[in-house]
Amino acid sequence: MIKIEIQDLHYTYPGGVEALRGISLTIKPGEQVAMVGQNGSGKTTLVKHLNGLLQPTSGSVLIGGWDTKKAAVAKLAARVGYVFQNPDEQLFSSTVGMEVAFGPHNLGYGDEKVSALVKDALALTELSDKTATNPYDLSATWRKMVALASIISMDTEIVIFDEPTTGQDALSVARIANIIAELRKRGKTVITITHDIDFCAENFERVIALSQGQVLLDGTANEVLGQENILAQTYVDPPQLTRLGKRLRLKETVRNQEEFLAALKKK
Amino acid sequence: MAIVNLQNVTYKYPLTHTPVLSNINLEVKEGEFVAVIGPNGAGKSTLCYTLAGFVPHFFKGELEGKVEVAGVDLKSTPLNEWVRNVGLAFQNPFNQISGAKYTVFEEIAFGLENQGVPRDEMNRRVDQALTMTGIRDLADRSPYSLSGGQQQRVALTSILVMQPKILVLDEPTSQMDPIGTREVFGVIRQMAERGMTVIMAEHKVEWIAEFADRVVALKDGKILLQGVPADVLTSHLLAENGFGTSRYTSAAREALKFNLWPKHLHLPTTLQEAVDGFNLTSAPSPKERGE
Ligand SMILES: Nc1ncnc2c1ncn2[C@@H]1O[C@H](COP(=O)(O)OP(=O)(O)OP(=O)(O)O)[C@@H](O)[C@H]1O
Ligand SMILES: Nc1ncnc2c1ncn2[C@@H]1O[C@H](COP(=O)(O)OP(=O)(O)O)[C@@H](O)[C@H]1O
Ligand SMILES: [Mg+2]
Ligand SMILES: [Mg+2]
Repeated sequence: MIKIEIQDLHYTYPGGVEALRGISLTIKPGEQVAMVGQNGSGKTTLVKHLNGLLQPTSGSVLIGGWDTKKAAVAKLAARVGYVFQNPDEQLFSSTVGMEVAFGPHNLGYGDEKVSALVKDALALTELSDKTATNPYDLSATWRKMVALASIISMDTEIVIFDEPTTGQDALSVARIANIIAELRKRGKTVITITHDIDFCAENFERVIALSQGQVLLDGTANEVLGQENILAQTYVDPPQLTRLGKRLRLKETVRNQEEFLAALKKK
Repeated sequence: MAIVNLQNVTYKYPLTHTPVLSNINLEVKEGEFVAVIGPNGAGKSTLCYTLAGFVPHFFKGELEGKVEVAGVDLKSTPLNEWVRNVGLAFQNPFNQISGAKYTVFEEIAFGLENQGVPRDEMNRRVDQALTMTGIRDLADRSPYSLSGGQQQRVALTSILVMQPKILVLDEPTSQMDPIGTREVFGVIRQMAERGMTVIMAEHKVEWIAEFADRVVALKDGKILLQGVPADVLTSHLLAENGFGTSRYTSAAREALKFNLWPKHLHLPTTLQEAVDGFNLTSAPSPKERGE
């Protein structure tokens, strides 16, 4: 059971951009968290600190008690999996099967365990029929699925998805929602960055909104996503049905179709 | 007179066996804003490439039928002439960045510089374009050290600044924040009002409903349906074919079953339509209002 503790984290890129300006957060084991916020607000920079891809300029990040400044990146990799915003930064193997097997192999798992993990990850992402395909012969949307599979196969307790639904159609967004639900069942901690606020509202209990390198809001989805004026500071709109509910003067904040219709019936 | 005219267009990439576009007929008027929707693999990007001349000039393959833009025929026109009329923003913004420039400002000025636009005019146009897409504060940054959404804005800006007659956008807001997305749709609407013709592949139906003149629904390389957003986006054909709909449309469709959406009304596609419709069925009774 691995907890994430971030204390007063600051990060300045080598060129001088101050991307994170004092972030403190705790994420409990098994939590499902969505992260939202304006372009450039620091979401990607923040999550890259969780697996040691970036090191704090000041402050600290503890992953199950391990300080990322001291822990070896290879050891962190067994705890935290990160799916890049752009899959092309992540994929390098010549077949989907090899790509998805790379991570667990690298963690030192035996052949049998690796093949079981690969099989599971491919099934979850619906890639089982594409194991022999070169990822670069797939469309960008399927490449994104390969990127997901190659992290899921590492079976880490913490999984981070950086904008998984970008450019995906309705079917594929539903597939990603299923993957997240399955990881929740397995007790994984899932952190997902997204601009798709409806997707966020429908699949996450906790939402963190970043703005200019700081935490603007952090709470349950209904608490955070109902705050239209504060969210606007970081260029985020509430979900469609939340906005509609407000305009119809429904008593409570609603965030999905079920809640919306229930509130409408009561009115 | 249509400025974009596709007649019986069928296309196969060199290594594909089945057509990726089949028998596409599409006419777009000057100043029209057309959105192209469709599931992954439907052929949206390929249609964008065709309008931009990359199909067939770069991708090769077999192109049948007629593609005419601004009265010019695609097959008999080389790419370097074709691109004077048409600007394309790629689905992956990274493909767009030239690699030749050190700052965002220079990157956006690059195309104008190549055209020999005088420096004063160039600076003015770049400045204006940076303002439109909300990235003036990035002007001096390196185009490589940007967040995904910032990079996408740079890519879009570098096309807008060229003021092409026909603007082709392949999911231009996929990585943009929600309010930024709405603003970019607004900017593109304005460009269309001023006479630019816009064809945009997109998934974000809420903003298509709000801003586009027409929607073309593509599936398996064929046009399944086209028309004004209010009709196309509420068609049951879309729901049956794996297209996404706005939450307003799906909530109203469900609400119909409980008499919570007025039967005589069209399903809503925008927030305002949803507010108006639901107010008819759920407005507080006189008693509730305390009368
Ligand atoms: N490699 C880099 N070098 C310098 N600055 C960078 C680099 N990557 C990002 N930045 C800057 O750091 C800030 C935060 O960027 P980050 O990528 O974390 O944003 P984000 O919230 O993920 O945005 P988006 O929604 O667009 O993906 C931005 O100002 C960005 O321009
Ligand atoms: N360069 C290419 N070579 C061969 N096939 C391609 C190429 N680009 C796309 N395709 C195929 O063409 C079809 C349509 O793809 P695309 O135009 O990218 O669809 P969309 O943009 O709607 O997702 C898909 O089956 C895809 O795999
Ligand atoms: Mg990012
Ligand atoms: Mg595409």
